[in-house]
Amino acid sequence: MKTLKKEYLLHFMLLPGVIITLIYAYGPMAGLVMAFQQFEPLSGFFKSEFVGWDNFKYVFELPDFMQVLWNTIFIAVFKMVLFLLVPLILALLLNEVTKSWFSRIIQSAIFLPFFLSWTVLGGVIIELFSLNGPVNGLLEAIGLEPIMFMLNNGWFRGIVIGSDVWKGMGYNMIVMLAAITGINATLYEAAEVDGAGRWKQMLNITLPGMAPILILLGVLSLGGILNAGFEQILIMYNPTVYEGGDIIDTFVYRLGMFSQQFGPAAAVGLFKSVVSLAMVSITYYAAYKYSDYRIF
Amino acid sequence: MHKPTISRRIFLLCNTLILSAITVLGIIPFIHLLSISLSSNTAAMAGEVKLWPVGFNLDAYRYLGEKVEFFRSFGVSVQRVILGTAINMVLVFITAFPLSKSNDQFKFRTVYVWFFAITMFFGGGLIPTYIIVKDTGLIDSIWALILPGALNVWNMVLMLNFFRGIPRELDEAATIDGAGQWKVLWRIYLPVSLPSIATIGLFTIVGHWNAWFDGILYLNSPEKYPLQTYLSTLIMAINSQMTSISIEQIKAMENLSEKTLRTAQIFMGALPIMLVYPFLQKYFVKGITVGSVKE
Repeated sequence: MKTLKKEYLLHFMLLPGVIITLIYAYGPMAGLVMAFQQFEPLSGFFKSEFVGWDNFKYVFELPDFMQVLWNTIFIAVFKMVLFLLVPLILALLLNEVTKSWFSRIIQSAIFLPFFLSWTVLGGVIIELFSLNGPVNGLLEAIGLEPIMFMLNNGWFRGIVIGSDVWKGMGYNMIVMLAAITGINATLYEAAEVDGAGRWKQMLNITLPGMAPILILLGVLSLGGILNAGFEQILIMYNPTVYEGGDIIDTFVYRLGMFSQQFGPAAAVGLFKSVVSLAMVSITYYAAYKYSDYRIF
Repeated sequence: MHKPTISRRIFLLCNTLILSAITVLGIIPFIHLLSISLSSNTAAMAGEVKLWPVGFNLDAYRYLGEKVEFFRSFGVSVQRVILGTAINMVLVFITAFPLSKSNDQFKFRTVYVWFFAITMFFGGGLIPTYIIVKDTGLIDSIWALILPGALNVWNMVLMLNFFRGIPRELDEAATIDGAGQWKVLWRIYLPVSLPSIATIGLFTIVGHWNAWFDGILYLNSPEKYPLQTYLSTLIMAINSQMTSISIEQIKAMENLSEKTLRTAQIFMGALPIMLVYPFLQKYFVKGITVGSVKE
């Protein structure tokens, strides 16, 4: 009888969280039926007409959709690679710094944008690359023509990738620095005795020592193959750069909220969720298998 | 340590220079932003301002003091942060506690864990979520910014992992002394877990302060916008100006907007985060390293 009372209390504690999760996480999942409906907000999920796969057919045949899908994967893959490479280089360079105050200042400067919102950073980026902003000022100073960066599809993609790396690289850098600190110091001493220089030590001790965390970070990032940075692009783009900068999330947003095509928009959303789930499942399994990583 | 060789010295010098350059490049955009906000409007619009204010004045900030939209949205943000963080923290705390029990202490644990874990990997996406928020009557209310994300499962898992580090004897001893689970939660777990509550609390505060898209999505009246949502409307307004056809038109449009005031507002939007940055960095680094490098 005593245990029953105890467990009843535990259920009770979980109740608010369960209710919130049921409504706002499972509710929308159930709401995905609208991907198969001619959804009318007034009729709701229950009275809207079912149309089978029509919404999917409609969206996949839209002339822009393939371009949007390509943009998403292009931007996401570049970001994934750079999110490993840039922090790795930074962490290796920082590891060679002997003065800890200097290392601390650099880390602080690199980590700062991670905590700022995309409104602030987007505002900063747009100003930097504007027609009479400092970047064009620099180009003019060396005798080049000014470039309308934010209106050029190629430049826009580059700026999106670069600025996201700028915002986020501090995080992986910290993780990698922690991994370097965890490497057994006696390995370095032994290498020194054997006459290995710093370069050789980096190649043969530091990098192999970091391998598990590098694999882990890389594998886990694969789940985001269709996440190219919704909030970032929404704040930075404009119709001129839709061709190079429009991604699935922004496409869904405009399709649903502006064109009021809820069914097709939800269909794209479902497509994205399923692909992401598949990637996450595969990658978590791989992470679990190769580096014994578990989230619980 | 023996004396560094010449090549080592050259490397160290280059390394210092490269890292310094990266640091300076990372800081310049913010100094530039601040300089524009402190310059005269004409100098700012002509693009004369680089790293130092041209025609220094505080007009933008003086004008900001009278700007109703700015203060109103600042107030909404403060309200959101306080209300949202309080609710998030309570939910994280009371949800993580039962789930941190072992299976023999709480036999439904596994079911609940799966119930929450699934939401980390699969979601309904933007449009169905919007419809649900609409159907629950939250549109155009501050609760639309708080309730849908009231239980952050990632933070809950962090808390849960921390709870599991608390020795079970503490719990058992208290139970033998006749304390119920409520008492164990508030009298034993709460005081012991203050450091991780601080860490998760900081994550949550920053998250609520920085969030802006949910305001655009769920709120119809601009006077209910939190600060970051209000700022996003300023920035998106420039974007739509930019698509005007010719360079001359863009320049003319740019002259119409008050650049110094805009940058002043953006800077003020970042300032609270910059002020607490030292704490943020310390707790985040601790949180990240504990969370990721567990052998």
